[in-house]
Amino acid sequence: MSLSGKVAIVGVHEHETRRAPDKGEKQIMAECARAALADCGLSKSDVDGLFAASMSLGIMGVVEVAEYLDLEPRYLDGTNIGGSSFVAHVSHAAAAIEAGLCEVALILYGSTAASKAMAIGTGMGGGSRDPGRAFVAPFGLTTVGSYALVAKLHMERYGTRPEELAEIAVATRSHAALNPHALLRDPITVEDVLASRIISDPLHLLDCCIITDGGGAVVLTSTERARDLARPPVRVLGCGEAVRHQGSGRPDLLDIAARQSGEQALGMAGVSHREIDFCTIYDSFTITVLLTLEALGFCKPGEGGAFVSGGRIALGGELPVNPDGGGLSSNHPGMRGIFLVIEAVRQLRGECGPRQVEGAEVGLVHGTGGSLGLLHSGATLVLGRD
Amino acid sequence: MPGDLRHPWPAASWETLGFWEGCGRGELVLQRCRDCGAVQHPPRGVCGQCLGAGISHFVASGRGRVHTFTVTWQNQIEPFRSACPYVLAWVEIDEGPRILTNIVGCDPGRVRIGMPVEVDFARPEGQGEEDLAVPRFRPR
Ligand SMILES: [Zn+2]
Repeated sequence: MSLSGKVAIVGVHEHETRRAPDKGEKQIMAECARAALADCGLSKSDVDGLFAASMSLGIMGVVEVAEYLDLEPRYLDGTNIGGSSFVAHVSHAAAAIEAGLCEVALILYGSTAASKAMAIGTGMGGGSRDPGRAFVAPFGLTTVGSYALVAKLHMERYGTRPEELAEIAVATRSHAALNPHALLRDPITVEDVLASRIISDPLHLLDCCIITDGGGAVVLTSTERARDLARPPVRVLGCGEAVRHQGSGRPDLLDIAARQSGEQALGMAGVSHREIDFCTIYDSFTITVLLTLEALGFCKPGEGGAFVSGGRIALGGELPVNPDGGGLSSNHPGMRGIFLVIEAVRQLRGECGPRQVEGAEVGLVHGTGGSLGLLHSGATLVLGRD
Repeated sequence: MPGDLRHPWPAASWETLGFWEGCGRGELVLQRCRDCGAVQHPPRGVCGQCLGAGISHFVASGRGRVHTFTVTWQNQIEPFRSACPYVLAWVEIDEGPRILTNIVGCDPGRVRIGMPVEVDFARPEGQGEEDLAVPRFRPR
């Protein structure tokens, strides 16, 4: 008995803010909840499954969110595996709904990373009291640095060039230009990326995601119930999760979690790569997208550089990636996975206006959490129109 | 030259103190499982391969090769902020495991993947009674 297609995403909302110094994280979550429920025509009293994660939610986090919303759900999930958490929440929600543990699941995220001036990319390499971090903290590893280690290895092994990574930033920015809410909308060129300053060799400033505030919400229910709601249902066709880490000290840094989670998600969906009309892929850095496309099997290992070149991943290309402008240009409040889901749903509903992928019927979502060069999680979804 | 790279005091626990004290003596100490023979790093109280409790320690050669590296030009946290540009690397040591570390003692522009390196210990900053050190690597 497969989970494939049994559950649908019925309501979504991406907070329009990119900077909200006057708001709290839970407030942003609540505003997104209200809008996502209105999107599908359900009300707060219909929600009986609550999922939440954020940069600051701690041990009782999802319970505190329930209190803030004055909700008493019968199913709770505070899974936090980094930026991919919300992609994983979708598969957990689908399983819970199919198992009858809840009927209407609400997934929430909120963040004021930019207003709090959180140095997400280049500030977390300092001392730590945690013995587990002691093998990282004394050496000044930054988030950017961990991805740069992987980019360097890919370049050495396969001859991947900085110009090819830059193509990803350029395509993504061309999408952001079509998204009125995106933070950065001015077109850029490969030369602009290469001329921007090096943050951690070989990654330039424009190879890195931006830092914003923001939040989002996603509502799921059974496909059967979804058909009576306000919006066209988007079915969860396949899902998968995986982790990669140092193990006992011999990480293959280029074998990322997406290979395993993607294989499972595509297998469950019974969908081939050629049937995927677009992808939303966590783009913390340009290298993240390149490695993810390889790991998901859209091209062979080492062929990512050629694959992303020549406009193939831009709108109008063979496989548009991140039509909303991604974390590189639209928004990145620290944990971006929920926006991957929201944009994929909106594309499959055909409501994206100038950035719409023509005839989008099946989309693939992949979130990465943590650091590719150290330890990370991956979560993949295959979503399809009903 | 990034020779002035300074390191925060590593937080040690009973599982990891042996490693840091070994560095303090000028020895790169690794763990080997008595049950399955696996060599592991970072150190832990059980074997990550077989979950056996029979962990032994040995002094490794301290020699290895750069598996991958990055020259870090931006870090907003001291003491790394004033050390930029410095080299962060995974070094594959001859006994097998890879270790996250820094490459010191050469111009960052000279570091290459595959470059032979050897361990170089430095006393970390901050307070602590124990005689600990942090392992970095330099060209050999
Ligand atoms: Zn063992």
